[in-house]
Amino acid sequence: MKPPNAKMQVSAVRSGTVIDHLGPRTAFKALKILGIAADATVLIGVNLDSSKLGKKDILKIEGRELTEAEMNKVALLSPQATFSVIRDFKVVKKFSPTLPDTVEGLIRCVNPACITQDPRVTGRFLVAAKKPLKLRCYFCERSMRENEIEFL
Amino acid sequence: MKKNPLLGRDVISMRDFGPAEIRAILDRCRGFENNRKPLLQGKVLANLFFEPSTRTRLSFDSAMKRLGGATIGFSDSISTSISKGESLWDTIRVAEGYCDVMVIRHPAEGSARLAAEATRLPVINGGDGSNQHPTQTLLDLYTLKQRTGRIEGLKVAFVGDLKYGRTVHSLIRSLSHFDARLWLVSPTSLCLPEDFLEDLRDSGTEHHIVDELAAVPDDVDVLYLTRIQKERFVDAIEYERVRNAYQVNPENVARFGAKLTLMHPLPRLNEVHAALDQHPGAAWFDQAHNGVIVRQALLALCLGAA
Repeated sequence: MKPPNAKMQVSAVRSGTVIDHLGPRTAFKALKILGIAADATVLIGVNLDSSKLGKKDILKIEGRELTEAEMNKVALLSPQATFSVIRDFKVVKKFSPTLPDTVEGLIRCVNPACITQDPRVTGRFLVAAKKPLKLRCYFCERSMRENEIEFL
Repeated sequence: MKKNPLLGRDVISMRDFGPAEIRAILDRCRGFENNRKPLLQGKVLANLFFEPSTRTRLSFDSAMKRLGGATIGFSDSISTSISKGESLWDTIRVAEGYCDVMVIRHPAEGSARLAAEATRLPVINGGDGSNQHPTQTLLDLYTLKQRTGRIEGLKVAFVGDLKYGRTVHSLIRSLSHFDARLWLVSPTSLCLPEDFLEDLRDSGTEHHIVDELAAVPDDVDVLYLTRIQKERFVDAIEYERVRNAYQVNPENVARFGAKLTLMHPLPRLNEVHAALDQHPGAAWFDQAHNGVIVRQALLALCLGAA
């Protein structure tokens, strides 16, 4: 039986980025979006209890400080995610991402008849609404809801 | 002289034009009704038709020639370098050296927008898959104005295939700028996609989703009819049932009176009874003929000659 107040113990990050409040089961997608290399040191927490979200994922990425642009990319996947940049075990910056106005590449258009299905064409999406998230393909004009977004 | 609403612009999607710009374009079209001035002499239009078309291609051809210009182009992709795997981007960049303005029709949605990015020349969308066909929308609006005297506050019923018809999609979106009241008449399987319904809700446009013509009120101004295509149905019996159920004939339009305007983008199958050609409101051939006027205006405006 699990004792009350038990917490999963995970190591602290020396220097790098902690991403908290990722939606449940989005941590691996976030790694993919961020292009975190397979040999990077990363702690991944999946389906952890969260008072705010019910369930959440966490990523602790050692040795890499994400840029604001990178953090904003993650917002497409999980708009409520929060970021802490760590140096020598201390939080030096906290960041709540904002969705960019346009997104280049990164996502596959949901429309199978879209010109961007040609691998020679890079997709571009306009953020039509932020909450709930709605993207519109710049080329074929098809709208996509959060649950339809497929990352490349 | 009035400001040219299309100078330095492409005509890709009705999304790009607000109500004031649409009005300005329609106003400029009127000047081309009997135009014989060679405004585009020495200019070349490239008609890049990657899939077959009759009316759009011929009317652009006619429009350019009536303005004294010349046309080049192709009418399918089989005989071009596309069949050798050339990208659309490269085809457009090459064509850029041969012409002053381009019209593109392509089965891939968003192709016209991509073409416009590839070239510094004006690009006019002649239809990209089931996405947009802005010149059809403008000629429809022009015909509406010609027939009813206005484009504001019209009561319009769209009948038939509202799911796949790009003509319907862009016309509905444009009419939502002008306080239209809409009746969307279709079988459930061919109803207007949710995306467009959401836009209608967002713009506060009054609309009624119904599945039979009988639900359209007697005082509607316009019936906009569309072709119900056999290939949209898995079941041949269901297709027969639907196409017969949505046929418009002298009996079922009688209650709308003589002021009714009847429109159809053509080609038509049996959704319009042949006897309706005699109806005073039958506007389908006007639409086709207005296509040349509107396309003359668009070509001249895009090239800064009007």
